[in-house]
Amino acid sequence: MSRRIALRPLARILEARQKGENPDEIERENLARRHEQARDKMRQRAESRLLMLAICFFAAFLTVGAKMTMLAGSDPEEPHISVAGSSVLGARADIVDRQGRVLATNLVTNALYVQPRDLIDPEAAAAGLAEIFPDLDEDWLIRRFTSGSTFAWLRGSISPEQQQRVHDLGEPGLLFGPRDMRLYPNGALAAHVLGGARFGEQAVNAAEILGVAGVEAYFDAELRDPARGAEPLQLSLDLTVQSAVEEVLAGGMTLMNAAGAAAVLMDVNTGEVISLASLPDFDPNARPRPLLEGDQSESPLFNRAVQGVYELGSTFKIFPVAQALDLGLVTPQTMINTQGPLRMAGFAISDYDDYGPSNSVTDVIVYSSNIGTARIAEMIGTERQQSFLGELGLMEPTSIEMIESRAGRPLYPHRWTDLSTATISYGHGISVSPLHLAAAYSTIVNGGTRVEPTLLRRDSPQQGERIISEEVSAQAAHMLRQVVTDGTASMGEVAGYEVGGKTGSADKPNPEGGYYVDRLISTFASVFPANDPQYVLIVTLDEPSVMMLGEERRTAGWTAVPVAAEIIRRVAPLLGMPPQDVDPEVAYQLTSASE
Amino acid sequence: MTEMAHGTVLVQSGEAILPRWWRTVDRVTLACIFTLFLIGLLLGFAASPPLAARNGLDPFYYVYRQAFFGGLAFVAMILTSMMSPQQVRRLGVLGFFGAFASLALLPVFGTDYGQGAARWYSLGFASVQPSEFLKPVFIIFTAWMVAASQEINGPPGKTLSLIVMTVVVGFLVMQPDYGQGALVLFSWMVIYFVAGAPIWILGLISIIVAGGGILAYTTVEHVARRIDGFLSAEVDPNTQLAYAENAIREGGFFGTGLGEGSVKWTLPDAHTDFIIAVAAEEYGLVLVLLIIALFAIVALRGFFRLMRERDPFTRLAGAGLAAVFALQSIINMGVAVRLLPAKGMTLPFVSYGGSSLIATGVAVGMLLAFTRSRPQGDISDILFQRRG
Repeated sequence: MSRRIALRPLARILEARQKGENPDEIERENLARRHEQARDKMRQRAESRLLMLAICFFAAFLTVGAKMTMLAGSDPEEPHISVAGSSVLGARADIVDRQGRVLATNLVTNALYVQPRDLIDPEAAAAGLAEIFPDLDEDWLIRRFTSGSTFAWLRGSISPEQQQRVHDLGEPGLLFGPRDMRLYPNGALAAHVLGGARFGEQAVNAAEILGVAGVEAYFDAELRDPARGAEPLQLSLDLTVQSAVEEVLAGGMTLMNAAGAAAVLMDVNTGEVISLASLPDFDPNARPRPLLEGDQSESPLFNRAVQGVYELGSTFKIFPVAQALDLGLVTPQTMINTQGPLRMAGFAISDYDDYGPSNSVTDVIVYSSNIGTARIAEMIGTERQQSFLGELGLMEPTSIEMIESRAGRPLYPHRWTDLSTATISYGHGISVSPLHLAAAYSTIVNGGTRVEPTLLRRDSPQQGERIISEEVSAQAAHMLRQVVTDGTASMGEVAGYEVGGKTGSADKPNPEGGYYVDRLISTFASVFPANDPQYVLIVTLDEPSVMMLGEERRTAGWTAVPVAAEIIRRVAPLLGMPPQDVDPEVAYQLTSASE
Repeated sequence: MTEMAHGTVLVQSGEAILPRWWRTVDRVTLACIFTLFLIGLLLGFAASPPLAARNGLDPFYYVYRQAFFGGLAFVAMILTSMMSPQQVRRLGVLGFFGAFASLALLPVFGTDYGQGAARWYSLGFASVQPSEFLKPVFIIFTAWMVAASQEINGPPGKTLSLIVMTVVVGFLVMQPDYGQGALVLFSWMVIYFVAGAPIWILGLISIIVAGGGILAYTTVEHVARRIDGFLSAEVDPNTQLAYAENAIREGGFFGTGLGEGSVKWTLPDAHTDFIIAVAAEEYGLVLVLLIIALFAIVALRGFFRLMRERDPFTRLAGAGLAAVFALQSIINMGVAVRLLPAKGMTLPFVSYGGSSLIATGVAVGMLLAFTRSRPQGDISDILFQRRG
């Protein structure tokens, strides 16, 4: 860099003045030189800066190119995962019972759709379709075909015969979309457990199948998970047992003129629900519409065993007794004052019969004394009673794997008075589902550990939290056995299976207040075999009424008990239980009858 | 008049315009641009039929449209490149005021085409995005200002252009169009940098911009979503980014073959912002590297030719144009390979788009005008000086 140029060098200015020239010329000339110099300086700096820019951009282009090369050189990790994610997946895993027998599967079928633009003769096509599908209206079809729309679904799934007949119409505008259809090959069997499915999003080559109720809805995501593949969902249900239970229950319901019935058969150790039935039922292949008005609990869709909560009456009595035994407040032989009526907060608690001034704890159960149970509950106290019922799972919805389980929320008084304590001890003032009762009975008789009901197959006992001691559990089972041998459930005896249980005949609450006098919920909570409890069976009949021995009978001992006994007689051999302590001749007859 | 009256022929003084243009223009750049445009048409054949099908148009409707606008863009480019830097400067500065006015009036007369940002004027048969035209003329204006400020006793051009830049970027951010705003800001910084700005001022500006970016990240929801999407290691498989990345992988080195690609069916912006993914899928890495090389050649040749340029205005304006052209292509391709967060930016000349094609044609025409061989006071200029 040269030194700074002076604009008006004095020597030159003076010289110019002497020559008579304009000195401003010199200044202008120097200014131009200075300008040139600055420009050269600028240019040099700009040159290096442009070079820097060029290098930066070259590096950036190189980076993009290198990244492109790396990407192009790597394999697609999950080719077209995104495409798969956006399209409709029709896959849905099967559901099988505990032996692997199919409860729900898929059947390939076709949907019928129309592309009216490609129809050769819309009117002939409409006429042909109306003939094949009598419920399609010809005029409606013609309007559909000529409205200018380019696409319309006509039928969700059609039979092969119908498909052939549509083929025979020879219309290029009538097209078939293959898809899977959910099929329940056993019809109405285990309908409430399975629930049902419907088509979701439809595409031409597949349609989503979505579960709408029961396990289909609960496990919807798992069943549709493409990663699951063909692995079926195995339930704890046993198809043959379920079939027998439903058959006997339906017969019993008819015989006892009941409006509805529910049964739950549960393994006391694993908590597996072997059978769960609710009548009236429905065919999940053609699920009826929900009731638009009235009481949903009268719909066949209503699951009485899981959703329905009822006051289950005297079946509850075993709970305060077991608790009192466990707390050491009583022994089975302790005498309890059963002198009635017991007056409490302006109400009188009385027994079905007069059982004398005092009874042993065992006899309170055997004869089903409300007064005796209330007195035992008094000894336990409200708080301990509440926590015990809570430990048995009777204060919250069950955790069974059906979407309906949340609806089966137990009802109990907001203000739990001493009177509540007394009535709840014999099963009034608290409403639970039959499934709740099955789980609580399992907990009482399985040795005293908490069991949660499940519909999934398990191979080992649940090993839940201990609620009562093993000794008390055995004592309770023994008392339940005596109810059958000596008490209110004498019709429950099944040769060879040592049935034990507790009846419950609860007055049905009147929605307008109070209780009906002549409408009962009759329940038998049974355990078999009582000397080594393996299964709990709950049978509940809604408003049974039967003429027996010249009298109208409604109580459980006459209605639910014989139905339960018949169920046990049928299913115990199916469950692989040999009859105990039976005359070999009788045993032979029993086993051969079951085959 | 007299010559005509006597029937004599008008004699052109100096060399004819076209031959002189052909001799002095950067023919390599011209060839690169032409190749890029042809590649764009070729990819349009692959990428645009799905869009045409969606809009119920003839499958190659968008290709014909692109060819038509491409023709206009080339005419604009060549006419512009025939101008002298002084003519470009005059028209450019006038154009800047026009473009700025139309940008400012966007909120009043513009349309957002349902995309939430009023960036376009609808002309019926086509739409015009003023910011596309604003970029090159803004560069001219800034270069003029900054060059003038370098004159002794010149105006305070740097400050003036900084104020103008802030206003322009403010308008763009208000639309909001962060991409164009960033390009305008970047072009100003390049010009200022080449003009010899102290590095610390550029550093300060970078810090301010970074602060603005963080502010946008924390306050503007869609900006935050894009940055988060970029920063997360996992790509949501249903985003355009994931489709694009997958397409590049599918293509490998030699591509899946003509018409075999699938990404164009799933990417809504396959014909514009993600055209490079279509190129990668159907023609493979070979074509992608060719495209990158063409952009690099245009930009780098521009810089190298400008290094010899004597005139400050020409140098600054040319550097700004070349830098923005290069940056736009780098951003477009960098997004597709996840080097940069998702930002809608077209690939110059290759992406579909009428007004942007013409605007890019004008911009490259200006660049060509500035990089034409001119006497630069070198000894060779004196030795081989020709007529004219």
